[in-house]
Amino acid sequence: MNLYRYASPSTFYPLAGRLAPWFFALAFILAVIGLYISFFVAPTDFQQGEGYRIIFIHVPAAWMSMFIYIVMAFWSAIGLAWNTRLSFIMARALAPTGAMFTFIALWTGAFWGKPMWGAWWVWDARLTSELILFFLYVGVMALQAAIDDPRRSDRAGALLNLVGVINVPIIYFSVKWWNTLHQGSSVSLTRAPSMAHIMLWGMLIMALAAWMYAIAVAFVRARSMLLERERQASWVRELPEGKA
Amino acid sequence: MNWGSWSDFWQMGGYGLYVWGSFAMTIVCIAGEIWFLRRHRLQTMQRLKRMNAWETPT
Repeated sequence: MNLYRYASPSTFYPLAGRLAPWFFALAFILAVIGLYISFFVAPTDFQQGEGYRIIFIHVPAAWMSMFIYIVMAFWSAIGLAWNTRLSFIMARALAPTGAMFTFIALWTGAFWGKPMWGAWWVWDARLTSELILFFLYVGVMALQAAIDDPRRSDRAGALLNLVGVINVPIIYFSVKWWNTLHQGSSVSLTRAPSMAHIMLWGMLIMALAAWMYAIAVAFVRARSMLLERERQASWVRELPEGKA
Repeated sequence: MNWGSWSDFWQMGGYGLYVWGSFAMTIVCIAGEIWFLRRHRLQTMQRLKRMNAWETPT
């Protein structure tokens, strides 16, 4: 199998169309299992009572917000280096979903901060850098929407994505580098997680559901973008979608 | 099982507003994104059909 074949829009389009429903289905199943663990299996927290259950969306959403940005920057770099159309499309297709997860991370953070810290918002390093991430997503989308020529728009957005990726390690390490109100990470690659196993599992399953959802949504969005972009190409004209 | 009754479940030990406020916004965001995605796809396909109909000689 030649993976490079799928870098061509005409082969990617039907493949993504076939895969997207499976990713949606996986996302749904994982979300059901994750939510069941979140509410019925995971025990009450000894400090935060039931309020801690926000963790099951807050942490996966925050992970996704950073991870999607990295993937977006990756596709931008590939696009800039090899000028591949599909890479730019993938970067563009991920931006709205990344922005959505960033918003959810900020929103659920506020709804968690209020009962536990007594404030919806504080200008703490973690919160502020995550807010900047949200502005970066919105900024990239606004910049690309403002440039009419698609190729220039792709390149300008990709460049901004690459500059902005510096913010991701800042978010990740903010709780170490500065004294923050936001707690440090409970899950890390270098040491055993400092939380109950079942809570960790709930969080991981929810994160996996978010992953599957993001892939499905990015595929569907990339497909629509390809149809718009390549409407003059013969492969688009031959699609049943275009037939009356 | 953590909950004695449905009302316990909705109250979330006094954190109901915060827990449900978080989950509700997440559901609204996801539903909204899927709605926009669907609309975008339908609009694109309609434009494509119009364009093809315009250019195919009858």
